[in-house]
Amino acid sequence: MVKVFGQYLLFLQSMLVRKERVRVLWNRTLDEAVSIGIDSVFIVSIVAAFIGAVTCVQIAYNLTNPLIPKATIGFMVREMTILELAPTITSIVLAGKVGSSIAGGLGTMRITEQIDALEVMGINSTSYLVFPRILGAIITFPLLVILAMVLSILGGYLAGTLSGALSAQEYIEGIRDAFIPYNITFALIKSVVFAFLVSSISAYRGFFTEGGALEVGASSTTAVTHSIIAILVGDFVLAYTLL
Amino acid sequence: MIEVHNVHKNFGDTPILRGITCTFETGKCNLVLGGSGTGKSVLLKCIVGLLKPDIGSITFDGTIFTNNKIEIRQEIRKQIGMLFQASALFDSMNVFENVEFPLQMLTPDMSKEERRDRVEFCLKRVGLENAGLKMPSELSGGMKKRVGIARAIAPNCTYLFCDEPNSGLDPLTSIKIDELIYEITHEYGITTVIITHDMNSVVEIGDHIVFLHKGLKLWDGTKDEILNAQVPELKDFIFSSSLVRAAKKVEQEGGTIETSVGEPIQGE
Ligand SMILES: Nc1ncnc2c1ncn2[C@@H]1O[C@H](COP(=O)(O)OP(=O)(O)O)[C@@H](O)[C@H]1O
Ligand SMILES: [Mg+2]
Repeated sequence: MVKVFGQYLLFLQSMLVRKERVRVLWNRTLDEAVSIGIDSVFIVSIVAAFIGAVTCVQIAYNLTNPLIPKATIGFMVREMTILELAPTITSIVLAGKVGSSIAGGLGTMRITEQIDALEVMGINSTSYLVFPRILGAIITFPLLVILAMVLSILGGYLAGTLSGALSAQEYIEGIRDAFIPYNITFALIKSVVFAFLVSSISAYRGFFTEGGALEVGASSTTAVTHSIIAILVGDFVLAYTLL
Repeated sequence: MIEVHNVHKNFGDTPILRGITCTFETGKCNLVLGGSGTGKSVLLKCIVGLLKPDIGSITFDGTIFTNNKIEIRQEIRKQIGMLFQASALFDSMNVFENVEFPLQMLTPDMSKEERRDRVEFCLKRVGLENAGLKMPSELSGGMKKRVGIARAIAPNCTYLFCDEPNSGLDPLTSIKIDELIYEITHEYGITTVIITHDMNSVVEIGDHIVFLHKGLKLWDGTKDEILNAQVPELKDFIFSSSLVRAAKKVEQEGGTIETSVGEPIQGE
């Protein structure tokens, strides 16, 4: 365990020594960011909209006390999605999507000797392959999380008004009530941390794949499992220290 | 000239290379011959620096590579081209981009036009002038090897390493790839090291041959000397081919084998 963690840190460090040219890395980063974004925008949107909708319906179901104004439903949907559901669930979804693709891609490059081919050319393969993926994820995750926030609040609006749980007026009133801008900042900090955890853990798993196609599959699975655990632990630590 | 001096390599407690000393000559096809699992690929990886020898050193034309300063190692690496066993083409890039890649990374001063000319020249040299836009997944095994060769020679390499260039190819394609490597080696005076277990390649292109067996070098010499070598393991290796055995049988029975290539093999 300690040994694995040490190897992980060395792996991250190797990315920063003997860097490739900035222009090359920047172009690679943009490529990665675009591919992560485009690949994930659909699934993130679906998940976010439904989570907003379900949250709204369930809160409405639980809030039967007539003394509590209905606008509270909108307020609670906002608080839950912005603080927790949008960043964390989106990151977990992305751990499945982006994490497995990073680990699978690098694992395949490893077993087909493409990484060796880079090294023989004198290219620092971690700097060339891993650094842009991590940076690409750090750029993309927050954007997807913002999208998820908007869509889940929208999902809640549709579910709430269409089911007749509350009026559009009440929902919007609730959404605007006692808004704390720091919560958005906090959610974005979380998304950046999660982006780093998912991309670096998955890259580490993929990069050190040994064997054949079967092991590439195994690396992907481990990458996703470990990323999700890291997200949940990270979520707790951040909530504990920053709130 | 590449000098390998007393190279040892263990994986865990298993010794794979047990003290190998040999030289690979400039401008020649140097073959490393040996059965599967004798450590040929491990030796090659030690030479190009993908693995670090436990003991021993590698010298490229007088410059020590093993454990030298990173700048010097980088300089040597830029002169190394390598053809991998499974070609190792970058599967996200097309053929043209694969060959262009080392130029882009290693010679940033080169203009776009110069690069394009160089890539087209290399693709033409390996007989693939029309395949530039194909993706690696669309290529046959032999074409992949050709692209691998083009990518290796694109930055004007001084040293070319080929790990089993014939693996997975039919005999005719094998011979063509062997011939291509041989021509390129002699045309540009490259120091070429080829790993093989194929006696056809030895007879065809073996300017200098090093025979490995269980992590030791047992013999080296030219292709003319190899048939008379007095090392039992090497003899077993050479004459283990069923074709050779069949030919010997015919020979013992006083028959003749007619071939369209060269002279007929005569029985006495
Ligand atoms: N990275 C590695 N870790 C452990 N053992 C290895 C590794 N690479 C090769 N070996 C072992 O070294 C031996 C020689 O392998 P190799 O050089 O690939 O043989 P070949 O001569 O067929 O190319 C094999 O028994 C192989 O299992
Ligand atoms: Mg091998």
